[in-house]
Amino acid sequence: MDWFPLLNSLRIALISTVVVFFGGMFAAYYVAKTPRLVKGILDVLFTLPLVLPPTVVGYLLLRVLGPRRVLGRLALELFGLKLTMTWWSAIFATVVVIFPLMYRTARGAFESFDERLAQAGQTLGLSNTYIFWRIRIPVCRQGLLAGTVLAFARALGEYGATSMVAGYTPGRTATVSTTVYQLWQTGNDQLALQWVMVNLAISAGVLVAMNLLERKKEAKR
Amino acid sequence: MSLFVDIEKRLGDFHLKTRFEVGEETLALLGASGSGKSLTLQCVAGICKPDQGRIILDGEPLFDSERGIDLPPQRRQVGYLFQDYALFPNMTVEKNICCGLREKGDRALVEETMATMGLSALCHRRPHRLSGGERQRVALARILVGRPRLLLLDEPFSALDSHLRFQVERETRQVIHRLGKTALLVSHDRDEVFRLAQKVAVVKGGRVLQMGTRHQVFERPETVTAARLTGCKNISRAVDLGGGELHALDWGLRLRLPAGAEIPDHVGIRLHDVVLGRGENQAECRVVEVVEDPFSVTAMLLPLGGEGGVPFGITMDKETWRGAESDRLTVSLPAGSLLLLKE
Repeated sequence: MDWFPLLNSLRIALISTVVVFFGGMFAAYYVAKTPRLVKGILDVLFTLPLVLPPTVVGYLLLRVLGPRRVLGRLALELFGLKLTMTWWSAIFATVVVIFPLMYRTARGAFESFDERLAQAGQTLGLSNTYIFWRIRIPVCRQGLLAGTVLAFARALGEYGATSMVAGYTPGRTATVSTTVYQLWQTGNDQLALQWVMVNLAISAGVLVAMNLLERKKEAKR
Repeated sequence: MSLFVDIEKRLGDFHLKTRFEVGEETLALLGASGSGKSLTLQCVAGICKPDQGRIILDGEPLFDSERGIDLPPQRRQVGYLFQDYALFPNMTVEKNICCGLREKGDRALVEETMATMGLSALCHRRPHRLSGGERQRVALARILVGRPRLLLLDEPFSALDSHLRFQVERETRQVIHRLGKTALLVSHDRDEVFRLAQKVAVVKGGRVLQMGTRHQVFERPETVTAARLTGCKNISRAVDLGGGELHALDWGLRLRLPAGAEIPDHVGIRLHDVVLGRGENQAECRVVEVVEDPFSVTAMLLPLGGEGGVPFGITMDKETWRGAESDRLTVSLPAGSLLLLKE
């Protein structure tokens, strides 16, 4: 069995999760501070990919990243880079799709944070950076971790937008999910089942990890 | 060393407009919840920005809307003791206290403060494993290592069980005393205010109604609010009868005032100041209810033949009550003990 799809899926999911961990966290932090109207607009914008069909996300991404579109042409002319149909193109798709998961869980965690802790820190002379990294993040870490795990799990399972933006090229852009589809399409049922099993095992593992986190959170209360 | 505050702030329907000055002493802001006491502290600490005005500490402006000065809370060096102490739950006692250091790494000061506050044995504990009293000591220690120029205490004992309060209050009083700086105490508990503060400001609806030494405010409250907040339970509406007398409408009693007193619209008298037996402003009363406390008895009385309908109370020790117990009592309300109040 060629393990490339698993490796590719894992690296795409890992990189996307790292990007979304920071992006979603900062977005959640700053959106909470904006005036109500701006907050409403940004909140809808950041949550939209959660409810859109992945094909719509893929379509919109191609409209922007395609070689004849704004960003795609710019990258091609400036750096000679093609933004679509490479293994890392899937990262664009995955980031957009999993962003709402991290953003919303982080927002929930930050909302339950007792603002008086931050105020106490300020009156004690602690810098806002210190308060963010050493108090706000550690106190909210259970929620942030849960959001990260959820985002990672969803990243591993991403299919629709990825297949549109990165396509399926064996040994180059193939991921677990696109491989399963391709094998089933071509009637290779035996191998498809093997990949399904691999996917089931990983997903179940991630969910078990998340439940353990939840239980730890409850025990702390 | 002094603090001068003259600020205004609107928050929805609420309008805070307060002005006071304190020297090296403790000033208590005494008011019901929602009176703007805590908001005042937050403005002084810099975690809430007033719309306009000035806050000046030892001659240095912390906030001055006209000159565009608004020091961030980090640079005000003001110790703020939060109601529930706001200890950082992810840090040990020791780390919490280290957070208060203005110059990082002054280990000796942390050790010394922990020792004086009796926290050395707890230094590796997390806040959730401390008792209420211990938490308060950690919060105080964390403030003290920052050498605050001013102490702000926001309902500091309300999170504690009553048996702990007395002890913690004593410790706090010692800390304030040792520090010898200006302190602002926010509270709705009159006993706590009287024991801790030298000066008292009665606040309501964002305004200071009355300010003075604790004796002035407790002995001569000027308004119904001040009387209630300082613990006066007997308050009645009053109308002028002329000739230095008034009619206490709610009790249905005719009362003679001290000579030269201005006729108020309300009259009050403390439960302890009502005297058993004949005397000035005496009244024959029916006992409508007896409330027994551990060490005293309060009898609620309605004057015979009066048409007020609202009883007033008299508190006496148990011994006296045993001697006087009856369903009829004669009491007197000495003119000198009457509180003459404005709405």
